[in-house]
Amino acid sequence: MFQYIVRRILLAIPVIFGILLVTFVLARMIPGDPCKAILGEKATQEVCERFSREHGLDRPIHIQLGIYIRNVLKGDFGHSIRFSRPVTIILIERLPMTLELGTIAIIVATLIGIPLGTISAVYNNTAVDVVTMVGANAGVSMPVYWLGLMLAYVFALLLKGTPLALPPSGRLTAGLTAVPFYEVYNIFLEPESIKFHLYEFIANLYIFNSLVTANWKALGDVLKHLILPSAALSTIPVSIIARMTRSSMLEVMSQDYIRTAKAKGMPQRTVVFKHALRNALLPITTIIGLQLGTIFAGAVLTETIFGLAGVGRMLFEAITARDYPIVQGFTLVIAIGYVGINLLVDISYVFIDPRIRLD
Amino acid sequence: MGTVLQSNSLNNNADPSEEEILALEGSLKDYRANSLWRLMLRRVFRQRSAIIGMVVLGLLVLVALLAPVIASYGPEKVLIGVEPVRKRAAPCIHLLGCPKDEPQHLMGIDGNVRDEFSRVVYGTRVSLFIGFTTTGFAIVVGVVLGAISGYAGGWVDNVIMRLLDVVMAFPSLLLAIAIVNVLGRGLQNALLAIAIVNIPSYARVMRASVLSIKEQDFVEASRALGARHSRILLTRILPNSLSPLIVQGTLGIAGAILSAAALSFLGLGAQPPTPEWGTMLGTERNQVFSAPHLVFFPGIAIMVTVLAFNLLGDGLRDALDPRLASKPA
Repeated sequence: MFQYIVRRILLAIPVIFGILLVTFVLARMIPGDPCKAILGEKATQEVCERFSREHGLDRPIHIQLGIYIRNVLKGDFGHSIRFSRPVTIILIERLPMTLELGTIAIIVATLIGIPLGTISAVYNNTAVDVVTMVGANAGVSMPVYWLGLMLAYVFALLLKGTPLALPPSGRLTAGLTAVPFYEVYNIFLEPESIKFHLYEFIANLYIFNSLVTANWKALGDVLKHLILPSAALSTIPVSIIARMTRSSMLEVMSQDYIRTAKAKGMPQRTVVFKHALRNALLPITTIIGLQLGTIFAGAVLTETIFGLAGVGRMLFEAITARDYPIVQGFTLVIAIGYVGINLLVDISYVFIDPRIRLD
Repeated sequence: MGTVLQSNSLNNNADPSEEEILALEGSLKDYRANSLWRLMLRRVFRQRSAIIGMVVLGLLVLVALLAPVIASYGPEKVLIGVEPVRKRAAPCIHLLGCPKDEPQHLMGIDGNVRDEFSRVVYGTRVSLFIGFTTTGFAIVVGVVLGAISGYAGGWVDNVIMRLLDVVMAFPSLLLAIAIVNVLGRGLQNALLAIAIVNIPSYARVMRASVLSIKEQDFVEASRALGARHSRILLTRILPNSLSPLIVQGTLGIAGAILSAAALSFLGLGAQPPTPEWGTMLGTERNQVFSAPHLVFFPGIAIMVTVLAFNLLGDGLRDALDPRLASKPA
């Protein structure tokens, strides 16, 4: 197992290197001068030359690549051209938001998708099944941003003043603050140290932070703000997971040992959950892992709609503004996340199906 | 095939019962001189979702073709001075109690005082065009890459597949955004970007088919007869790997329409005043609280179109996938 994990990580290195190369090249192929994009169309040549020198853009491409790789290995993604701040710091600010949103969306999708698919398979070809599958098909066909806007319209405008009203944008209501846990507990941190940034990152996970600091008001508010975006973001995964659960369950339910279990008078609940669902979990887990891509693509749109300062929107803005360091750093982190999640999915197979051996 | 079946059964049973004869006739009917395509079509028509998808798609194609007849105005016709209508006015439908003396606008008026219904109707043309062109392009390139990869094997296979792995490692929308930024904004470049992003899935499907087919006896026979590689690929392998490609392609059209709309929504795809649903939604998204109809209707249009392709694709898969063939529809 340990050997397997090590080998998988080693195998991932060329892919990650390829991703690094592609982002590096793509970022530089974006036409237009970053100088003009940042400093405005009127920037003189002299100003632009100094700008290029400051950001190392006047060096030959392969040297830029070499320097970049060396810095990345040291954990330094460079400075954002647009904000003149380290990309790592921007990641610390932006990533927690997207992590929270994505995690909630995937959890919601799993908790709704698997039961829906199971019900659909157990009551195969009944009205329940048809309605669920029509719903699931509609779910994958919906544009995320459209659903987000419509949800915002219904819950923030039509239901305004009712207890069901929900905020359409932001992470926290203005006036409320989520005081970082290290300030609440008076933990002394050296400014700008690695430990400080790590704590800052954790404190930016608002749900975790307000739980730890027992700030229930902030917790409720944060969760309330997350309902609409995560509802929009999880629709497609819910539908895909439900469909996969249904077809996987149908396959398992038609097998002999299920018939035997039923024949010997076992309660249906036991047959469905203990015998069938456990054996149907493998493809479902795979598809849940693959939903990470949907979530990230959806995050760009969802964060734009709901005015959330997350990774997706930042990356979109950075691509448009030709902010190379951010594009490179963010894509790399996302890609590593991808590879990591897929590794976790593969490892989870061992626990789901003990017959599988990883080696 | 029919005769073989007949003689076999008859030899086994010297005196077949009536039931068996009936069953035999039934099975013969299925095999009687039917081409593969006829068989496939018949199975497709047994799928409820495929039929619903096809009907809706047929209607959409009709709407696209008859757009000038169905729409009351041109898609870019500004109604200032033509009719007494307000900017972003809500829908006015006579049947639902809108005063008869006001001009009828089924989906209201957009931010540039144009008839939203006419724009949505013309949008059908744009979206169907997007779906078919991007998927067509992606399939052609994907099939060529996949065929070479699967047929040649070895290092060629490795290089092609690893390259495609890198493309697939990116969230597709983000990669498309990056490519559009490299090529420049606009519908044409957005289409190219979406096509590029979708190539790997077709290449993989094609490669998998090629790998399984190229070892079969009839391919071996062709090779023994001295057929050239190109002939084997085109006349032996390609026709036999079509059905997974058709399924993947139909579902791919749905995805392509969604992605194109998303790019346009972000302002990277079709530019105004093109009546593209994503663009229409994107330009009016900040007005969702005051003019929800301008967001609602284009979104519904996207959903119906994508849903139709998804239903058709699902039905096709159930009908054409040999692994699912034994399962009841």
